[in-house]
Amino acid sequence: MSEAVKTRGKLIQGESGPWEVVIGLEVHAQVLSKAKLFSGASTEFGGAPNSHVSLVDAGMPGMLPVINDFCVEQAVRTGLGLQAQINKVSVFDRKNYFYADLPQGYQISQYKQPIVGEGEVHVDLPAGESVTVRIERLHLEQDAGKSLHDQDPHFTFVDLNRSGVALMEIVSKPDMRSADEAAAYLKKLREILRYLGTCDGNMDEGSMRADVNVSVCRVGGYEKFIETGSFEYLGTRCEIKNVNSMRFVAQAIEYESRRQVEVLESGRAIDQETRLFDNKSGVTRPMRSKEEAHDYRYFPDPDLLPLELDDAFIERIRLSLPELPDAKKARFVSQYGLSPYDATVLTAERETAEFYESVAKDRDAKAAANWVTGDFFASLNRDNKAIAESPVSAAALGELIDLIADGTISGKIAKDVFVIMYETSGMPRAIVEERGLRQVTDTGAIAKAIDDVIDSNPQKVEELLKKPKLIGWFVGEVMKRTQGKANPQAVNELLRAKLGDRIGS
Amino acid sequence: MSDLLKMSLVEARDGLRAKAFSSTELTRAASAAIGQARALNAFVVETPDVALDMAAASDAKLARGEGGALEGVPLGIKDLFCTKGVQTTAGSHILEGFRPPYESTITAKLWTAGGVMLGKLNMDEFAMGSSNETSYFGPAINPWRRGNSETKLVPGGSSGGSAAAVAADLCFGATATDTGGSIRQPASVTGTVGIKPTYGRCSRWGVVAFASSLDQAGPMTRSVKDCAVMLREMCGYDPKDSTSVNIEVPDFEKACDGVVKGMRIGVPREYRIDGVPEEIDALWDQGIAWLKEAGAEIVDVSLPHTKYALPAYYIVAPAEASSNLARYDGVRYGLRVEGKDLTEMYENTRAAGFGREVQRRILIGTYVLSAGYYDAYYIKAQKVRTLIAEDFRKAFEKCDALLTPASPSPAFGIGEKANDPISMYLNDVYTVTVNLAGLPGIAVPAGISRDGLPLGLQLIGRAFDEETLFRAGAAIEKAAGFTARPQKWWTA
Repeated sequence: MSEAVKTRGKLIQGESGPWEVVIGLEVHAQVLSKAKLFSGASTEFGGAPNSHVSLVDAGMPGMLPVINDFCVEQAVRTGLGLQAQINKVSVFDRKNYFYADLPQGYQISQYKQPIVGEGEVHVDLPAGESVTVRIERLHLEQDAGKSLHDQDPHFTFVDLNRSGVALMEIVSKPDMRSADEAAAYLKKLREILRYLGTCDGNMDEGSMRADVNVSVCRVGGYEKFIETGSFEYLGTRCEIKNVNSMRFVAQAIEYESRRQVEVLESGRAIDQETRLFDNKSGVTRPMRSKEEAHDYRYFPDPDLLPLELDDAFIERIRLSLPELPDAKKARFVSQYGLSPYDATVLTAERETAEFYESVAKDRDAKAAANWVTGDFFASLNRDNKAIAESPVSAAALGELIDLIADGTISGKIAKDVFVIMYETSGMPRAIVEERGLRQVTDTGAIAKAIDDVIDSNPQKVEELLKKPKLIGWFVGEVMKRTQGKANPQAVNELLRAKLGDRIGS
Repeated sequence: MSDLLKMSLVEARDGLRAKAFSSTELTRAASAAIGQARALNAFVVETPDVALDMAAASDAKLARGEGGALEGVPLGIKDLFCTKGVQTTAGSHILEGFRPPYESTITAKLWTAGGVMLGKLNMDEFAMGSSNETSYFGPAINPWRRGNSETKLVPGGSSGGSAAAVAADLCFGATATDTGGSIRQPASVTGTVGIKPTYGRCSRWGVVAFASSLDQAGPMTRSVKDCAVMLREMCGYDPKDSTSVNIEVPDFEKACDGVVKGMRIGVPREYRIDGVPEEIDALWDQGIAWLKEAGAEIVDVSLPHTKYALPAYYIVAPAEASSNLARYDGVRYGLRVEGKDLTEMYENTRAAGFGREVQRRILIGTYVLSAGYYDAYYIKAQKVRTLIAEDFRKAFEKCDALLTPASPSPAFGIGEKANDPISMYLNDVYTVTVNLAGLPGIAVPAGISRDGLPLGLQLIGRAFDEETLFRAGAAIEKAAGFTARPQKWWTA
């Protein structure tokens, strides 16, 4: 365990002294798959209620689950992406409880023997630090359906479209020490899943949700936990269920940790309980006892054989893994000479990184980074557009950089050209030609413009003797007369040649 | 007409192929017999119209010289098998009126093979029982009686309707299922043949689940060869059942030659149980003698963990059942009894929908899976299961099949054991071990009790070695020359 983990984190000041915050996350990530975990029904989001339901999903008598191999592959891919142990034998268990949107009366999950064991995630913090969050396990399970309480004054309706959809529950160790760290972990986890293509990470659509475990302890408690592995040093935890955005995760932790400190400072004890986060008021409240944890009576599902994976299967997936954010970031720094900050920004999404690399190919990599993180991102962000929806292609942006490099246009004109490209989806060379934006390098035309400026401003020429900086004004005037198309370097050189003896020093 | 129905399934099949009679004739005769045998309460749903349509289709095929292995043969279907558009209740009030929009794999295979569906057969509720008395639709009655006594006897369970229908010549064969003895014990007490094949032989898809790791379907018929013919059409790999095994299905009929010369038959000493009627052990000894005479070598074997089998079974089976039956909650299909909220609706529905025995097993199963009891009961029972399987593995190093009684008593009277669950559970004493180990077992009629009631013997085989059971079963059938039939007291 790194030194950073032991000592870092945000302290909460209580009247009796400071408290440490300890956080662990259980993230439910919907497996990116066209079909459900144990049936062939579609997983498409937004279908009419009960339009994606097979006989298995509806819990009809005599129906049996059959594992969807692709979901297994996705779980293994995720495990490998989390640098985790892949368990060659895992077991599906039944988690038994009654609810109207749980048709079988049990959820098929993995309890004692999950498909993926311990792994880790490197989390980048805003201040440029990074921490390691250890993964406890990842297991596959079915989602339940959805109870709709607001459709009718007397009845609750049930939509089983989600029933049986494959989820990966990714359980971290209690290695996060502040709301920011938890949010950053979630962000990084989402990044990895999206890189791997195993979860789309759409928190709005519920494809990623988090249960947040929070406790507070006296300073030093976490260190003792790390030394001994005993959870007793971490304080009593509360679990906040189903938080569905990074912002809410941070808010829920902020609130909950302060609440716990208040309770402890007043001499009372924390009840180990499950709480809900109300994202309108920003507070957590205990679940009603009926919503509370049951005795789930887990036992191995006799309808399913233990899941056995062979080395060849795991190896095939390992070989198909894409370059992940950490590796890509390191490569961007070394290969393109980017700053760690730019590299982080450019690798946050697989699509961004791919876009950048295709812009930077055989070009000035730093210029490419500046354009992508600058005008390009600014325009997309302003219009809330994804890279895939960008009107400016990587090829177009590359061509624009080429036009600057070969002196066809100036950097300043390039910004105007970019605006036109973004509006019209046009290619920059065509725009430059059509609109006559080509830089003037014809020294005769520039000399003529200089002569005109000198002739019509004798006053300024006089002043130049006393104020050598006025040369900039002359450059500006010449650029005006050439509608900004004159090559600034050529203008400078010619001006100095003509006025050199008049420029004071 | 009714002579047609006394034929064996094989005779019916052959006669249909030879056009000695038509499927329509057989089917009319069977439907008429069923209509006259309502006193047996064997069928809970009669489907004469469906049957005649299927028979007509079979006749058309037979006329063209086409058709499957069971073309035109009228069959009964245990009400545990989902049949598309035809009420399927598992003998329970909670599924009353339920018409599945799908057909179980096994029945679909039977129809593909040309079978004709006469209707759905009575059974213990959710296959939980050994006497058919737990059926919501009232017990099926055994066609056999004690001499001239009019006492109504149970046909065994849970496949009591299947056993009664086959024994009373209402159909040529019936589907059944066996979780702890539900094919072999009713076969034994009705003078019929029933095989529980190896776990994984028959698809469980579309069969209402009782205890998934133990449930296995099989046929009940009037002869060993009939059983072999029907089983072949029922089994085979089904990708829709993850526990189904992808293994070739042999021609079981060919194995019914009764040649046991050189076969080693194990006699497990632990199956001599105190308190079992003398005539049960006497019949067993008779069976041993028959096989010996036919050239088999008799081997004494030990299955030391036998005494733990019944307790382990009554932990594992209810545990799985408590979870399997959770889906009957009044939300989507079947019975719903309203309540003031969801929880009360569940309570009302399940209290009204499930009978006492089913409720008892749900309670036991819920208890043994509960936190704090799981290790002491469920895990321990699983360990026992492993030991029992190991017992059999060792025994089969010394022999090719085991011979045991099939039931600890002949048929008993309705109500005689209904209030004593423990003595009811003891009916499975010879059969549960086989389910716990996933092995095949066959019950073959072998003799008549002092009271004039049929008694069967059981043969247990190695996994996927049903052929040895058919071979040795045919030898017992031949030696026993069991030809007794029940008096036809039930005809309306």
